[in-house]
Amino acid sequence: MSDRLVTELSAALAPDRVRSRPLELTLYRRDASLLEGQPGVVCFPCTTDEVQAAVTIARRHGRSVVPRGSGTGLAGGAVPVGADGAEPVVVVTTKMDAVLEIDEGARVAWVQPGVLNLDLSRDVAHLGLHFAPDPSSQQSCSVGGNVANNSGGPHCLAYGVTSAHVLAVEVVLPDGTLALLGGLDPEPPGYDLRGAFIGSEGTMGIAVRIAVRLSPDPPAVRTILVDFASIETAAATVTGIIAAGLVPAALEMMDSRITAAVEDYVHAGFPRDAAAVLLVEVDGLPAGVEAAAQVVADVAEANGARGVRVAADEAERALLWKGRKSAFGAIARIAPDYYLHDTVVPRTRLVEVLAQVYEIAERHQLLVVNVFHAGDGNLHPLLLFDRRERGVMDRVLAAGAEMIAACVAVGGVLSGEHGIGLEKREHMGLIFSDADLDAQRRLRLAFDPDQSCNPYKVLPSGSRCGDLQSVPAGAWI
Amino acid sequence: MTEPVRTLPGADRALGDFATEVGPSDPVVVVGGRTQWAVGGDPDASAREVRAPAGVVQHEPAEMIVRVRAGTSVAELDAALAEGGQTIALDPPDAERATVGGVLAVGHSGPRRLGWGPVRDSLLEARYVSAGGQLIRAGGPVVKNVSGFDLCRLLVGSLGTLGLLAEVVLRVRPRPPAAVWLRGAPDDPDRLRRALLRPSSILWDGATTWVLLEGHAADVDAEIKALGREFAPVGAPPPLPNGGRWSVAPSALQEAVMGLEPGSFVAEFGVGIVHASTPALARPAHPATATLHRRIKANFDPSGRLNPGRIVA
Repeated sequence: MSDRLVTELSAALAPDRVRSRPLELTLYRRDASLLEGQPGVVCFPCTTDEVQAAVTIARRHGRSVVPRGSGTGLAGGAVPVGADGAEPVVVVTTKMDAVLEIDEGARVAWVQPGVLNLDLSRDVAHLGLHFAPDPSSQQSCSVGGNVANNSGGPHCLAYGVTSAHVLAVEVVLPDGTLALLGGLDPEPPGYDLRGAFIGSEGTMGIAVRIAVRLSPDPPAVRTILVDFASIETAAATVTGIIAAGLVPAALEMMDSRITAAVEDYVHAGFPRDAAAVLLVEVDGLPAGVEAAAQVVADVAEANGARGVRVAADEAERALLWKGRKSAFGAIARIAPDYYLHDTVVPRTRLVEVLAQVYEIAERHQLLVVNVFHAGDGNLHPLLLFDRRERGVMDRVLAAGAEMIAACVAVGGVLSGEHGIGLEKREHMGLIFSDADLDAQRRLRLAFDPDQSCNPYKVLPSGSRCGDLQSVPAGAWI
Repeated sequence: MTEPVRTLPGADRALGDFATEVGPSDPVVVVGGRTQWAVGGDPDASAREVRAPAGVVQHEPAEMIVRVRAGTSVAELDAALAEGGQTIALDPPDAERATVGGVLAVGHSGPRRLGWGPVRDSLLEARYVSAGGQLIRAGGPVVKNVSGFDLCRLLVGSLGTLGLLAEVVLRVRPRPPAAVWLRGAPDDPDRLRRALLRPSSILWDGATTWVLLEGHAADVDAEIKALGREFAPVGAPPPLPNGGRWSVAPSALQEAVMGLEPGSFVAEFGVGIVHASTPALARPAHPATATLHRRIKANFDPSGRLNPGRIVA
């Protein structure tokens, strides 16, 4: 790494917020995926000016910029890979963690990108408000990361994905200029640049200020745990609930192995011997909630559920959700490593796709568990393994690719909330034609004509508008 | 319940024919129901007129989605959805004539936006004809999708200047079991927004307030009681002035209409749209966003042949 680059960054930020020692760089080689890259220098801006300075300096030195939030991304979106083999400048936004303004009346908050998702909801809880997108990693993921990946969670089913909860984003563009995308008014002039930016995975600039919509806490909530003797009856219940005209606030499924692991880990009273459980939440005004809870129970019983448990109070409700959101942590009790997939299938095809997921895993001699947003059809097969086992990674990757193909074959898509990143870019051709991908590239190039911001992400190599090469050696598992 | 309510054969051929009709060169203007024809200004007179294909292709209530061709009227779509107990968050003033593609291309949400969300959030997948005459797919037919860049959001409100919508997949919603419009004259209409959980609409003309409550019948009854005696059910909301459509931050709404004669406007509370008798003030784009707009248009339609004359502002 050039000394001058580091010197200039240190002068523009502060020396202790620019890191270039090998050990420090190692910490930023990867995100929560299995992929790795190599940063040239990592900087931690505190202000918009500092982000602009970092981007401008990197550009002057011909370096790519890789934006990074908390690093909880699972698709390698924040893995540093630079264009032309030059190690990139990683811009970490975790120190930009201020809630700048809360307008209670308008139910809007302006936040910096490093604010943690759950901290934002905690900050506005006393006003009876919350931020609806709630990824499972919400204790550690940042709002900026949610914007980058359009990453939501269980409550997207009723309340919509992150894009529906972001009104405006102030962005440092890849050329260092500042632009406000969207606005607090409902119909800002021009194209919906806000919508185009959300989910662009750091390839169109770095969000430095975000206006989010806050949602009122519902006066009534019922959280229901349903216990099934088979995956099929659980999936049929999911379809039945939606077909009955309900849109639950959340509708989550866990299979037998993960239910048992969670129970051993959290002791939330999950049935250890269930083939599958559904966690269903309905909210709103009291009468509608009572009626909806009854419909859930009726549909579940009609489909042969073994038991229906309604959380008696807030403490029990919190415990059930802790179980669901601790699933990934509980996996450590089964195997040291996991590879998490994130695909979406039509809800009515859940049963057949799950059967294929189990079959694929078995054929590759791998353990698989499923914990996912069933109401959205958003599957999360987790392949469990020990990477010290010789040759296991080849089997894991092969099985993962087959699972993706199985989901796409029934009309599904590659990702519901984690994004494409480095991990799935070469799968994009499964659902998009060259012409479709060319259109996406045209959008990206409008924001980043030089492709200097988070290169090699999202779009596969070899699409027509650009001439990206394949991912450099080293940027892989 | 999972059987398609209605399936029309030959979907792909209709789209292919539309792409062929658009072709790769010469100026074209896409025509829907002409219900919002004035938005964006007059198209160049020299441009050839094309129309998107029509018809509801597939409605699957259990998936909460519908696949529909862009030339279908909103009323026809809503009638098809009603068979499965569902509806759509498209709420144009003249649903009989307005087309699905037209409503999305203009991108203006209807007066139920407070409860139903903006038009832009309904679009899950778009098949559109590019400036090169190719059929392009954006998004996907599922309610949650982050596979690639979000061209769907970009297309909504783009007035057909980036591509001509041919067929879309939209997110649908259950038809609310109860729906009541109420009218009253409270001191502070904003207080209502805070008191009610999820009103579908709050309209205010400077003196009178209209509220749309939708949902479970018992909940709607309870909210009507909470509103108090000064609110009484009415058959319909007020007619909306159509001289201008102002977009202001909801918190600046009352300030924006200060000085206007009561009854001369209708404001959407909690949303920020003012239906006024005078045009909105021009809002020049910031140079950085103007550059982005220009580059996007140039990258998607290098020769400027799609809906020439229309300005997305």
